[in-house]
Amino acid sequence: MAIKVEHEIHQRRFGRNLGVGLLLVAFAVLVFGLTIAKVSGGGKIEAFDHTYRPALVPAEGAQ
Amino acid sequence: MTETSSYEQPMEAGFGDYVALLKPRVMSLVVFTALAGLLVAPVGVHPIVGFASILFIALGAGASGALNMWWDADIDQVMRRTQSRPVPAGRVTADEALAVGVALSGIAVVMLGLAANFFSAALLAFTIFFYAVVYSMWLKRATPQNIVIGGAAGAFPPMIGWAVVTGGVSIESVLMFALIFMWTPPHFWALALFMKEDYSRAGVPMLTVTHGRRVTRNHILGYTIALAPVAVGLGFTSIGGPVYLAAAVVLNAIFLIGAVRIWQRDEGAAETDRYAVEKRFFRYSLLYLFLHFSALLVEAGLKTVELGGW
Repeated sequence: MAIKVEHEIHQRRFGRNLGVGLLLVAFAVLVFGLTIAKVSGGGKIEAFDHTYRPALVPAEGAQ
Repeated sequence: MTETSSYEQPMEAGFGDYVALLKPRVMSLVVFTALAGLLVAPVGVHPIVGFASILFIALGAGASGALNMWWDADIDQVMRRTQSRPVPAGRVTADEALAVGVALSGIAVVMLGLAANFFSAALLAFTIFFYAVVYSMWLKRATPQNIVIGGAAGAFPPMIGWAVVTGGVSIESVLMFALIFMWTPPHFWALALFMKEDYSRAGVPMLTVTHGRRVTRNHILGYTIALAPVAVGLGFTSIGGPVYLAAAVVLNAIFLIGAVRIWQRDEGAAETDRYAVEKRFFRYSLLYLFLHFSALLVEAGLKTVELGGW
């Protein structure tokens, strides 16, 4: 009698692990998609690394 | 063989058992009504935001389903309709159902808040609380009015969908709520009329058990009459229109005829045809709700081509 390594319970566990894994990947994709949607959706986002924010620079000829 | 059998004793749950914890059939109704609420709202949202919102509303509904299965495991074991659910069948422990329910509730509420707005997230949190605590824990075993008040939990999704877009509440979203809220009692009492032994065996005080079947028939008619003006009234708001109004009038007329027929019958007549009228009324009630929201979606669709609405 051959030793059966692959028990039914292993398949069940694999199915569960696969399901959770795919869900996590899908969740990450969704959050990424939300980020893209929010950033490109024109919300008030300022990102001026390594430079002055235009709002802080005094307008020319202001003084 | 003893080793292997002791290995197999605790039936290990598969992935599908955890999906079943979330009551996928209830979820599909939640997805549909929440989507309708979202799509009929006057402004639009980014499709990904809309998709994510519906997903997390559905997840919240599923989480409350898991909490319900944790709390009601003892009842579910007795009722034939629910015996094969994962907890009473022994594939998932009640503690696990609780953990899944609490964790998913938190994820759903926080993520809906981040994806849409925190007003809709608060509504979702309240809905979960209402279903899991107010309905499952407080009302279900205490009063025959359980499903009347508990129906509110099922009525919130279109309101949440509306809040995702508008960030608030309005007469339209309240009427969508009222439509489902008033629809729930006749829908469930018709079910209770032909599923009678189940509820009495589990000791759930359904109206049929506590006040008798005659009273239940009267209540079905009463609520169906009260439902009609709500359903038709929605047609006169900004999300209604001629198509919806026509559909609502026809659908409510048929629903009323069904309720009157249930009201006219006594148990003898119902026994002889094995509750054919009650079963048909129950099936029609599902169609009734589906078509009302479909008509609202049709109106919203027509508006995009400058038709529809008032």
